[in-house]
Amino acid sequence: MSATRTQRFEAEALAGLRGLAARHPSIFRVNWPRRLLSVAIVAVLAGLFVSGFWALGFSFARIAGGLDKLVEFAGFMLPPSPGSYATFLTYLMALAQTLAIAFLGTLTAAILAFPFGFLAAKNVIPNVFLHFSLRRGLDVVRGVDVLIWALIWINVVGLGPFAGILAVATSNFGEFGKLFSEAIEAMNKKAVEGVASTGGGKLHQVRFGLLPQVFPVIVSQVLYYFESNTRSATIIGVVGAGGVGLHLYEQIRMLEWQHVSFLVLMILLTVAVIDFVSGRLRFAIIGNAKIAA
Amino acid sequence: MSHVIARLPEPRLRALEDAYGAAVAAKRRQVLLGGLVLAALVGLSAWAGEVDLAKFFANLWRFPSYIGDIVPTLRLAHLGEDLAEWYWGLGYWLRLMGETLLIAYLGTMLGGLCAISLCFLAAANLSRSARVRWLVRRVLEFCRTVPEIVFALIFVAAFGLGPVPGVLAIAIHTTGALGKLFSEVVENIDMKPVEGVSATGATWLETVRFAVLPQVLSNFASYGLLRFEINVRGAAVMGFVGAGGIGQDLIESIRKFYYSDVSAILLIIIATVMVIDLATERLRHALIGMERRS
Repeated sequence: MSATRTQRFEAEALAGLRGLAARHPSIFRVNWPRRLLSVAIVAVLAGLFVSGFWALGFSFARIAGGLDKLVEFAGFMLPPSPGSYATFLTYLMALAQTLAIAFLGTLTAAILAFPFGFLAAKNVIPNVFLHFSLRRGLDVVRGVDVLIWALIWINVVGLGPFAGILAVATSNFGEFGKLFSEAIEAMNKKAVEGVASTGGGKLHQVRFGLLPQVFPVIVSQVLYYFESNTRSATIIGVVGAGGVGLHLYEQIRMLEWQHVSFLVLMILLTVAVIDFVSGRLRFAIIGNAKIAA
Repeated sequence: MSHVIARLPEPRLRALEDAYGAAVAAKRRQVLLGGLVLAALVGLSAWAGEVDLAKFFANLWRFPSYIGDIVPTLRLAHLGEDLAEWYWGLGYWLRLMGETLLIAYLGTMLGGLCAISLCFLAAANLSRSARVRWLVRRVLEFCRTVPEIVFALIFVAAFGLGPVPGVLAIAIHTTGALGKLFSEVVENIDMKPVEGVSATGATWLETVRFAVLPQVLSNFASYGLLRFEINVRGAAVMGFVGAGGIGQDLIESIRKFYYSDVSAILLIIIATVMVIDLATERLRHALIGMERRS
């Protein structure tokens, strides 16, 4: 298409614009209140954004200096190396500890939360007061970060991975209690009624009517949390609760950048492997159905 | 009144029973095998995780006693004074909590802006070069897989103590997490407006602005709010590694056994997180309602 033809089209279109606006006034009318509202929202957000940087002590000199150092660190990180074979084995063991923390923490939380899920489900125990207080209690447990739980458990069982397991278990207990009770509330009542109609007792109804519906959902949620716990268990060592985080913390403190990059690579690899395996397992258990996370 | 249930002929019945028995046995074997694998994993992890149940039960009383210790003594007779003693540092802690919220906000905004500028390049339906798409996706993956505390530790070494490394660490993690979600939103848009706008001769940027952005903006805002909620929790522990916010005071009071301070700060954090949760949920429902109407 030649340039002159394009220009002619443009000129024709612009000439017709006035008529177009007259024929469809509702489309061309400016909605002032709405426009003002969006401008005001953007202005407030942007104002807070800019003044926030100032309030928290950001400055060009500081950012430039920091970036300079980051580049320097990145140079030191290459090539990633654990130094010696013995250190490599130590890191590997710490990584195994991290996986153990994530695995046992998730499993313990799931086992403990399972009965609570039933208690907190509206359709199992229709008591508004109990329902409300259990849910809020679970909310409080959930609202405390896993690192804070780790600090509290360290006071009980001392430093080490055991405190990490208990911390992951506690914070996941809050999550699972909520998720499980929602899964139980969302299930179909017909299967339970069907079992009851054949003369099944209360226990039979739960075992053959409820459990087959709820179990796959719960297992897939537990696997999903296992993936995310693997990530959080890598950092739980920062406060002294075992796993690879302690080494990471120490190596960053000592500015041993080759070790740091090696540890980060190990973590990335482990997380990728766990994601892959657990994704496969989830797929095998519930197929491609989406889970509510 | 009695019914006579007709029995199947014997050979047919036997065949059915055998098939049922075999199916049940296969299922049982599967469950047994799964159980054995699970038990082995539990044993292995218990060994690696230094699980010591004897120590656990011997020291379990410390847990309720710790909770009891951090609960302040409040007497009805002079409740006002007790409350004032418990929350002796209220103004200071509220300012730190405000700093924590600001860290979360700046991190979310900065990360959200980076995510918006990267997500169109990572979306399969808009990005023109497969190589750029692959690269952007790997970068986002890296950003969200490395825990934000690790970024914070490295940034503390580079930028010095204070909220600056905290904001940057949260921003990087948010870029990775939101970039993925945003690009999935972009991949699910209706392509007809995009075709219409590009048919008028618009550039790539103009297409994104007038055909894509109006479709995705409310979803972006909703995911951004969800992330803000998560980042508030993250910012509350940033102080553990010296990256600003209320975490620094919390870890100090836990480490130095300032019992009543622990409960006071924890309550402030829990209350703030709950308020933010409720507020963002309201806002997100409003946003979803807006999307339905338009």
